[in-house]
Amino acid sequence: MIPSAFKFYKPDNISKAVSLMKDFGEEARVIAGGHSLIPIMKQRLTDIKHLIDLSGIDEIKGINITGDEISIGAMTTQVELINNEELFQKAPIIREASLQIADPQVRNLGTIGGNVANGDPANDMPGLMQLLDATYKLSGTNGSREVKARDFYEGAYFTSREDDEILLSISFESPSGGYAYEKQKRKIGDYATAAAGVIIKVENNKCSSASIALTNLSDTPVYCNKAVDMIVGKEIDNDLLDRVTKTCVDQSDPVADQRGPVEFKKYVAGIVIKKALKRAIERV
Amino acid sequence: MDDVKTPSSEERKSALSGLGTSRKRVEDARFTQGKGNYVDDIKLKGMLFGDFVRSPLAHARVKNIDTSAALALPGVHAVLTADDLRPLGLHWMPTLAGDKQMVLADGKVLFQGQEVAFVVGDDRYAVADGVSMVKVEYDELPVVTDPFKAELKDAPILREDIADQKEGAHGARRHPNHIFTWEAGEKEETNKVIDEAEVVADEMVYYHRTHPCPLETCGCVASMDKVNGKLTVWGTFQAPHAVRTVASLISNIPEHNIRIISPDIGGGFGNKVGVYPGYICSIVASIVTGVPIKWVEDRMDNLMATAFARDYWMRGKISATKDGKITGLWCHTTADHGAFDACADPTKFPAGFMNICTGSYDIPVAYLAVDGVYTNKAPGGVAYRCSFRVTEASYFIERMIEVLALKLGIDSAELRSKNFIKKEQFPYTSALGWEYDSGDYHRAWDKALEAVNYRQLREDQKKQLQLFKDGKSRKLMGIGLSHFTEIVGAGPVKNCDILGLGMFDACEIRIHPTGSAIARLGTISQGQGHATTFAQILASEIGIPASDITLEEGDTDTAPYGLGTYGSRSTPVAGAATAMAGRKIRAKAQMIAAYLLEVHDDDVEWDVDRFSVKGAPEKFKTMKEIAFASYNQAIPGVEPGLEAVSYYDPPNMTYPNGAYVVVMEIDVDTGVSDIKKVYALDDCGTRINPMIIEGQVHGGLTEALAISMGQEIAYDEQGNVMTGTLMDFFIPTAWETPTYETDYTVTPSPHHPIGAKGVGESPNVGGVSAFSNAVHDAFKPFGLTQAHMPHDHWRVWKIAKDLGLHN
Ligand SMILES: Cc1cc2nc3c(=O)[nH]c(=O)nc-3n(C[C@H](O)[C@H](O)[C@H](O)COP(=O)(O)OP(=O)(O)OC[C@H]3O[C@@H](n4cnc5c(N)ncnc54)[C@H](O)[C@@H]3O)c2cc1C
Repeated sequence: MIPSAFKFYKPDNISKAVSLMKDFGEEARVIAGGHSLIPIMKQRLTDIKHLIDLSGIDEIKGINITGDEISIGAMTTQVELINNEELFQKAPIIREASLQIADPQVRNLGTIGGNVANGDPANDMPGLMQLLDATYKLSGTNGSREVKARDFYEGAYFTSREDDEILLSISFESPSGGYAYEKQKRKIGDYATAAAGVIIKVENNKCSSASIALTNLSDTPVYCNKAVDMIVGKEIDNDLLDRVTKTCVDQSDPVADQRGPVEFKKYVAGIVIKKALKRAIERV
Repeated sequence: MDDVKTPSSEERKSALSGLGTSRKRVEDARFTQGKGNYVDDIKLKGMLFGDFVRSPLAHARVKNIDTSAALALPGVHAVLTADDLRPLGLHWMPTLAGDKQMVLADGKVLFQGQEVAFVVGDDRYAVADGVSMVKVEYDELPVVTDPFKAELKDAPILREDIADQKEGAHGARRHPNHIFTWEAGEKEETNKVIDEAEVVADEMVYYHRTHPCPLETCGCVASMDKVNGKLTVWGTFQAPHAVRTVASLISNIPEHNIRIISPDIGGGFGNKVGVYPGYICSIVASIVTGVPIKWVEDRMDNLMATAFARDYWMRGKISATKDGKITGLWCHTTADHGAFDACADPTKFPAGFMNICTGSYDIPVAYLAVDGVYTNKAPGGVAYRCSFRVTEASYFIERMIEVLALKLGIDSAELRSKNFIKKEQFPYTSALGWEYDSGDYHRAWDKALEAVNYRQLREDQKKQLQLFKDGKSRKLMGIGLSHFTEIVGAGPVKNCDILGLGMFDACEIRIHPTGSAIARLGTISQGQGHATTFAQILASEIGIPASDITLEEGDTDTAPYGLGTYGSRSTPVAGAATAMAGRKIRAKAQMIAAYLLEVHDDDVEWDVDRFSVKGAPEKFKTMKEIAFASYNQAIPGVEPGLEAVSYYDPPNMTYPNGAYVVVMEIDVDTGVSDIKKVYALDDCGTRINPMIIEGQVHGGLTEALAISMGQEIAYDEQGNVMTGTLMDFFIPTAWETPTYETDYTVTPSPHHPIGAKGVGESPNVGGVSAFSNAVHDAFKPFGLTQAHMPHDHWRVWKIAKDLGLHN
C-alpha cells in the first residue's frame, strides 16, 4: 500500500497550477483532499509522476453568496459545507447530503471540487450538483469555460474535463421548495447502495417544479429528466409518486457489487426515491 | 500509635484490589496515550524491510520468476524465492494441523494473495517498488472454490505434493483434495434413533468464511546476531513459546539461541496463533543479510492471506419426541480449509472442539463427522474469538433447536428449557464425550427471559406482525434467543497438545524484599488486560496489593514456558497456575511468619494480607514484613528469598455458558435491520474483574454483530477475494454498534483453583446465534426455516423477496 514515486508541487495560484498541468500532461494530476486519489495511488491503480497540490491556492477556497447566487470554491472542504450557516439557510440540502458522506475524518479533508471532479459514480456530490443544476467553472491552457453538471459526466471516472483543466468553482442558484437527500448504505463511511435527491415545489397540491437525481445507480449520476417531466404540472397523489419512482428506477443502471445484485439495487432505488419524494413534499 | 485503628479485614481486603474488584486497566494509561510498543514501533539499527510479491491468481503454475529488474533498483538488497529457501529446507513449513504449507510459491500458487517472492530493501518504499518490478509468469489452472466440488472425480488436483498420499495427519484421505475425516459419537445408534423418531428436523447450516481482522495486522522484526549466534524475533505472536520451539525445530537453531518476544499486541482473535511465511522469510533474510528485517502486513494482505475463520457447512438432523424431548443429534460437516490445512487446533482435534455441538442440551445420543477439504482459498481456520470451532458448534445447535421448534410448533425458549442439562446432572458427560464441569442453565435462562420480559416481547411482536399484515408497516420484529456452552481452557495435557507440546501453562512469581512483586506467565495479552486481572488473582492469593505487582508476558527468555493466549485459555490455565504459584508463596510465607512469631507453623492462620497467631489476631506478620524477613533473616530449614513457579496442567476444560437475547426490527424492503435490544447473561464462574468482563462482552458482541450481519471473506468463482478492504469487509463503527445490557450468574468451576472459567470469547459464541436467530425469527411467520449468514441488507431483502413479501 505504498504509491510509486512522484514529484510534489504546491503552486499558490491557478495559472501556475495550469502551466504545471500543461508541462506534464498525462503524467500530472492535481490533488485536493486526497481521499479518493490517495487510496488508488497506494494500490498502484494509477501511476502519477507529478502531483500538484491545490491547497495553497486561496482563490479557489470558500463559499460566496450574493443574493440567491451561490458560488463554492473547488477547494472548500465538506466539513465547511456542513458548518456554513449562510449556506444552510440558502441551500439546506447541501448539509443534509454532506452529512451522509463518509465520516468526519474524510469530510475534514475531502473537498467539493475533488468530489465532483473525480467522476466516481459512487460520490454523492455529482448527483447533488445535477439536482441543483449547478455550473462548473474550469480553467485550462485554453482559458476558462463553464460546463453544466448535467453535461459533465461521461462514464465512470470519465468527465468532459480536459487533462490540463482545473475545476475552480461550482455555482448554482439557491433552490426553493421542499428537499430531501436519501441514502442507503451498509455502514458509516460507505458509499451509497442507492441514493436519491429531490427538490420540489408544490402549489395547491400541484407540482410546479421539480428536480430528481440519483447516486451510484449508474456509471454516472442520473438526472431523472423523464420523471421530472412526468411530475411537473401534475396533482400529487400516491399513484403519481409510484409512477414517477418507477420512471426514475427505469433510468437507473446499477452494477452488482458487494452491496448486492442489480435487482436488489433497483428495488432499493425505488424505496429511497419514494422516500425522498415524500419527505421533500412534506417539507414544502 | 495506639489510637491508630487497625484496619478491618474488609478494609484491608478492599485495599488489595483483588478478585471481584472493577480495577481500572493498568494497560490503558499507555495505550490511550499512544505509548504502546507494538511490532511496528520497534526500530533497530541497520534494519531493512521485507514485503511479498503475491499471486494475483487463485490457481496457477509458476513458470518463471524474473527478479532482475527488482534487484537492479537502488535500495533493493535481495529477492528471495522458493529456490533460495530450498537449500535450507524452508521453502515449505509445517502447519499446526500436521500439514505443510509453502513459504514461497514452489512451482505453483494455490490461492490469491499467496506469497511468491520476498523483496528486501532499505525502506518500505524501495521494497514496494521492488515488489512491483518482480515479473512472474503464470499458467492459469482451473479453480475450485466450492468445497462440495473439490471432491468431484474430475476436480483439479490442488495439492500435487501429496496427491498420492492416502494417509494424512488425521487418517485416511479418499480424494487428492480431501484432508481428513474426523468422527465422534455413535454412528449406528444415532442413525437408528433418528430413523425411528417421532419428529426429525433436517437442515444445512452454513457458517460462512470470515476473518478475525485485528486492528494491528501481523508482523515481525527478525534479528540474527551473527556474533553470538542468537536469533531474536519480535512478532505478533499469540503463542511465543510455541513459536520458539517450532522455529528451533525447523531452522535447526538451538532453542536456547532463539528469543521470541511478543511486545504489545493490537488484538489477535486467533489470527496471530499460526506461523506465517512472513516470519520465516524475515528470519532467513536476516540470516542472509546479517541485519534485522522488519515485515508488517498491510490490511489487504491481512484479509487476503493470513488466517481466516469458520467456513463450515454443517448438515444436521435432530430428533425429538412429539412433546419436545430431544432424542438424538447427527451432524456432518464439510470444512473448507483452503489451500493448506493450517488450522490452529490442538493437534489431535482436526475439527477443534466441534464435538461440543450438543450444546447446552441433554442429548442421549449423537454422531458427528467432519470432512476437511482443500480449495483455492487462503489457509487458516482459526478460532476467531472462540475456542477451537466452538462458535461453529454453538451456531449449529442453536439453529437446529430453532428448526426443531418450528417442526414441533412450540416456542424455542420452552424447547430449550425442556432439554437443558439439569443442575444436578453436573459433572455431565455429553454424548460426544466431554465432561461439562458445572452449570445452572435453568436459572440463567429464567433470569434472562424475565429480564427482557420475554412474554411481553412476543406480544409486541404479534402486534407488529399485525401492522405488517394490515399494510400499516413494512417492518417485522425478530426475537433471537441463544443459550450456549463453551469448552475453553485447553487443556489437559492428556488430550491437548500442539505439535506435541502439552497445553499446560505457567506462572513464576518473585516477591521483592520490600514486599512488591513481579509475576511472569506463559500467556500473552492482546487486549484482554492480563496485567490487570492476573495481578488481582495474585493480590487475593498473597495479600499484596494488585498495584504492587508487575505482570510480564511474552519474552521467552524470561517468562516460563506456556502455550499462549487463545481459546479463552489464559484464565482457566495460566490463571490457575498464577493462583497455584501464589499458594506456594503463601505456604513458604507461613513458615517464615511462624518463625518470626515464634510459634509452630500450624499455629498461624492467613488473614487477607498477613499471618496471625490463631486466637491472638493482634500478633501477626504482614506479607510485607514476611517478604523482608525472607531476604534478611537466616531462618533454619528455609531457603532465603520468596519465589515460586507453578506449571499447571488443568484436570479438565472449563465450560462457560450464557443466555442471550437480541431484538431487532427488520425493514423487508431495504433489508436494513435496527437492533433494539441486546441482552447478554454470562456465567463465567468466579468473576475476577467485572468491568473487564463487561468490556470483553461488549467487544465480543460487536464482533458477533459484525459476523452475523455483514462480515465475510467472499470469493468469486475465479477465486478472487471480493472483500479485501474495510470498505467491503464489515467492521462496525460506534454508529452501527447497539447498546448492550450485560448480566450474570455465578457457577464456579469446581476444578479451577479460583473457580474462574474465562469469558473473553463467550459473547462471540453466544452472540452470533442470537443475532442470526433474531433475523430468522422475524420471518418465521412466513415460513422461513434457514437462511445463511451474513444477514446483510441484500441477503435479508432476498429472504423477504423469496417469501413473497415484496408483492
Ligand atoms: C472511507 C471513505 C469513504 C468515503 N465515502 C464517501 C461517500 O459516502 N460519498 C462521497 O461522495 N464520497 C465519499 N468518499 C470520497 C470523499 O468524499 C473524497 O474526499 C472525495 O471523493 C474527493 O475529494 P478530495 O478533495 O479528497 O479529492 P482528491 O482525492 O484529492 O481528488 C479526487 C480526484 O479529483 C481530481 N481533482 C481534485 N480536485 C480537482 C480540481 N479542483 N480540479 C480538477 N480535478 C480535481 C483529482 O485529480 C483526483 O483525480 C469517501 C472516501 C473515503 C476514504
